[in-house]
Amino acid sequence: MNLIDIIQFLFMGIQRGCIYAMVAMGFNMIYNATGIINLAQGEFVVLGGLMMVSLTMTLHLPMVLAFVLTVFFGVAAGILMERLTINPVKQPTVLRLVIITVAVSIITKGGAMIFWGKGSHYMDHFSSAEPLDFYGATILPQTLWIIGILLLVVAAYIFFFNFTMAGKCMRACAINRDAARLAGIDDRKMVMLSFALSAGIGAIAGIIITPVIQMDYGRGAMLGLKGFGAAVLGGLGNSTGAVVAGILLGVLEALGAGYISSHYMDAIALVILLFVLFVRPSGIFGNSEAMRLKEF
Amino acid sequence: MIGKNSVGLIILILSVIISPHIITNDYYLGSLIFTGLNILVCIGLCLLMGYAGQISIGHGAFVAIGAYGAGILTANYGWSPWPAMGCSMLMAVFVAVILGIPALRLKGHYLAMATLGFASIVHVVSVAAVDVTGGPSGIINIPRPDLFGYLLDTDTRYFYFVWAVVIIGVYFAFNLIDSRVGRGLRALHGSEDAAASLGIPVTWYKVQVFILSAVYASFSGSLYACYVNYIDPGPFDVSYSVLLITMVAVGGLHNIWGALTGAVVLSLLPEFLSFISDYLRLFGIRYQQDYNTLVYGMILLFIMLFLPEGIFSGLRGLLDRIFSVFKKSGQASLERESAVPSSGQSSGPSSAGKPLGGLSGHDQ
Repeated sequence: MNLIDIIQFLFMGIQRGCIYAMVAMGFNMIYNATGIINLAQGEFVVLGGLMMVSLTMTLHLPMVLAFVLTVFFGVAAGILMERLTINPVKQPTVLRLVIITVAVSIITKGGAMIFWGKGSHYMDHFSSAEPLDFYGATILPQTLWIIGILLLVVAAYIFFFNFTMAGKCMRACAINRDAARLAGIDDRKMVMLSFALSAGIGAIAGIIITPVIQMDYGRGAMLGLKGFGAAVLGGLGNSTGAVVAGILLGVLEALGAGYISSHYMDAIALVILLFVLFVRPSGIFGNSEAMRLKEF
Repeated sequence: MIGKNSVGLIILILSVIISPHIITNDYYLGSLIFTGLNILVCIGLCLLMGYAGQISIGHGAFVAIGAYGAGILTANYGWSPWPAMGCSMLMAVFVAVILGIPALRLKGHYLAMATLGFASIVHVVSVAAVDVTGGPSGIINIPRPDLFGYLLDTDTRYFYFVWAVVIIGVYFAFNLIDSRVGRGLRALHGSEDAAASLGIPVTWYKVQVFILSAVYASFSGSLYACYVNYIDPGPFDVSYSVLLITMVAVGGLHNIWGALTGAVVLSLLPEFLSFISDYLRLFGIRYQQDYNTLVYGMILLFIMLFLPEGIFSGLRGLLDRIFSVFKKSGQASLERESAVPSSGQSSGPSSAGKPLGGLSGHDQ
């Protein structure tokens, strides 16, 4: 065990973990507003990544403009999904909603495959692709971008939910939907907003990770599952927990890949997910008293 | 209920007997064999999802266990196929118990995610454990089994064998549904607390049906491996598990016949699509195999939004409507002939003149 290796794995883990954290935040947003786990969450990340590739590498738009356009595209995809597939369901049962989100993920995946092809797509790093030296270990500037953007997203998230009317309304809906409706909050609109925001966050995650992992159409399921793992680990619905758990999951995965076997890397996060689900579904930060009221 | 099902079973048996005489093309016979194998998984999945109400997006993993179990034991260790299949079935039971006991305490979305995670883990292992599974290149030289001295070497023989297994599987499932256990399962689907208060061992029943569905899936996987003589991780990825869910949901969750219909429709859909692709080209649409995923997704979404009971129940509802329109109009004309003045009530036979929507009560 060499210190430099450990630092290297930590960087790698934090970089992936930031993405899991953002996917988990997306899960939480929809879960809080609707009680649904959106199985198409990973597809938002893929859509964001691939759209950004098209805008920057094919259309050669400037990075910032492409970023903004891609986020709008993600938000539009989220709204479209909610309006077309969630909103019309009059008698929602869990089984039906789960299968509907599965259907959306299949459609998105199939559509992405047709539109962007089966290959993986390269995208330029935001700034230099030259690794920086850090006490013998190396760190990509893109990793710093990822960490920075995660922090910005978290800040925006905190601001939105604490200091804006829409955010406060969404929190009210999460706490008690009937009471929120009685207070004059349009809960259906809040559901739509939650899908829009969660797809937006997913798109941002896709944009920032694509330069390092090279996006392809089939990555959605795995990203979604690992993000869900982070969400559960942090306590579903708890966004501070999601961020910490996401990074923790990424780091554990990177250490596992480094010290056990890189072939089993994808399985490590999933084993952790299953373990948490079976042993403590309220998550490490979840309050088991409050969680007892939730349905697992 | 039994009567209806035995009619269905007889029709199924007859069509199985006739099919190889009509379809002589080995390729299409092969598709029907794959269809039968999918039906086998879907019967188990239907018992689990439709009757017991527990979702699983991980049954592709049990198919993989069956396939790899049979493949590894026959090709690498020289076992004969039947003991290898039995052994991999036991393996599937073991995994189902280990996974099922903790997982089935979870509900809805959590169970969906746990099973999806399980399926991904099995897929990752099947790719990564090169020493055991052969990794991405898989296992070759898996032998065909023989039955009562007949080697199941031709497609026709294998077809009859697989579909005989399907028929036995369907028959067994119906017996299960009509038994005490089946009623218990439906009760716990309605409300686990209510079922438990009536003395139904809820957890044990759920685990049992999970094991049973794993056995169906594993056997299907073993038969698959022996049919194609070669396996690799490709067919058993997560999207296969999702496809299985699609089959059951499209056909109809709450009915074995529904699951069967869904499995048939979706298994033969690629053949159908490639068949009509020649005609689509006339309209300037160049259909490719790649579009299949998209079409599956569209069908699943459409069914879930507009026919949540599945196409089987949907079609039956439609037929019932049409029949009831005929019956009603027949009755109405009889009434007119006997010159009885209409009672003016909006219910009963006098509502025959209403449009279809007015009769919607009949499709329940």
